[in-house]
Amino acid sequence: MIRLALILVLGLAGAAFAQESLLPDIPAATGEPHAEGNAYWRKNHMDLLRHDRDLTMRFGNREIGASLKACFDCHAVQDDDGQVVTIESEKHFCRTCHDYAAVKVDCFSCHRSTPEGIDEGEFHSQTQGAPDSGALAAFLNGLVGPADAQSMMTQPVEASQ
Amino acid sequence: MKFRLPSKSTASKSNDSKQPPANRAELTRRDFLRSGSAVASLTLAPGVTLMAFGGSEATAAADAGKRWGLLIDVNKCAPDCNDCVTACSTENGWKDTGHPDTDAQWIRKITMKNTATGRETSMPMMCQHCESPPCVDVCPTGASFKRADGIVLVDKHTCIGCRYCMMACPFKARSFVHEPVNNQKTHAPRGQGTVESCTLCVHRVDKGGTPACVEACANAGREAIIFGDLKDPNSAISQALLQYPSAALRPDLDLNPGVRFANL
Repeated sequence: MIRLALILVLGLAGAAFAQESLLPDIPAATGEPHAEGNAYWRKNHMDLLRHDRDLTMRFGNREIGASLKACFDCHAVQDDDGQVVTIESEKHFCRTCHDYAAVKVDCFSCHRSTPEGIDEGEFHSQTQGAPDSGALAAFLNGLVGPADAQSMMTQPVEASQ
Repeated sequence: MKFRLPSKSTASKSNDSKQPPANRAELTRRDFLRSGSAVASLTLAPGVTLMAFGGSEATAAADAGKRWGLLIDVNKCAPDCNDCVTACSTENGWKDTGHPDTDAQWIRKITMKNTATGRETSMPMMCQHCESPPCVDVCPTGASFKRADGIVLVDKHTCIGCRYCMMACPFKARSFVHEPVNNQKTHAPRGQGTVESCTLCVHRVDKGGTPACVEACANAGREAIIFGDLKDPNSAISQALLQYPSAALRPDLDLNPGVRFANL
């Protein structure tokens, strides 16, 4: 009986968690789906892009299968105002997974992160991945109380002698 | 208690699965099959080789049988005209950032003065696309390279921004990007911490076009710059070089630049 109750409780907990998945919320793309399947692309996109960038750069082959430019033909994400977001936004297609996996993308220090013709606005390459001090303060406040959080953020940790 | 060694067939099988794929195409094919979309074609036709994803070198546009070059007729270049520079900037997306000492210049207009006669000539100056480029010699990472068709480029994926190439170039043709960049052109990626220079509008050349500066000069009615294949004896540039005197800059360095000047 206890076992049954436990299963019931776990099932209910599972149902509650199912409402909010911990996995990244990947924005829907437009256009034809990848013939190789999404799983293949999620695993191999970096290798495909690297292979083809060398073909283009070194050998001038511009009829290639994978390019960042082609990515954004289908994977440009719009914000609530209908503006196409840059890599600076957490909603950017690349960032949804890369933030989750804590893997920094450095493609966009040189490449544009939007389709050609979109005005990207101010510089972004320096702000990407910079710690959000406001969010950190809020987190620490909740953890240890405002006074301690303030001291943790401002005072350097003393080196042990 | 008995320990049993794995049978020979099992061992070899497990070794096989651990071995890295022989080449990229193999890796692609395996994963391609694993993804499910091509399983049927394998079982039906086991001898069929699937195409590697992403194209091949056979279709490459950089042709070793060609050497792209420019012939600049200095007499036709007007001192007050800046159209080639503007066109390059627009085409490739480099611009002023308010730091005139360090801002990128893929092409610039210079004035040369003969100190003996006082005669002044105006001309555009950019990467000379040398046959023996000093920038390629000194690059520690192989980022600075020459394509098969003679176009000298920087591969920014491997450029570490050391700027040796800028030191080595006798023409001051290369620039270092000091500020973060955005709004790049898709065909001309450029970013902070890398070196860049004239690409001879390689993205246009690969599609059979001409560089933006050449087009702008023609549109301005001057036609001071001829673009073409130096290895093709019938090209306009080869014919012009055959008929009129021309010079390469710094001939003492024996670099054999792809950019030539007439009436200098």
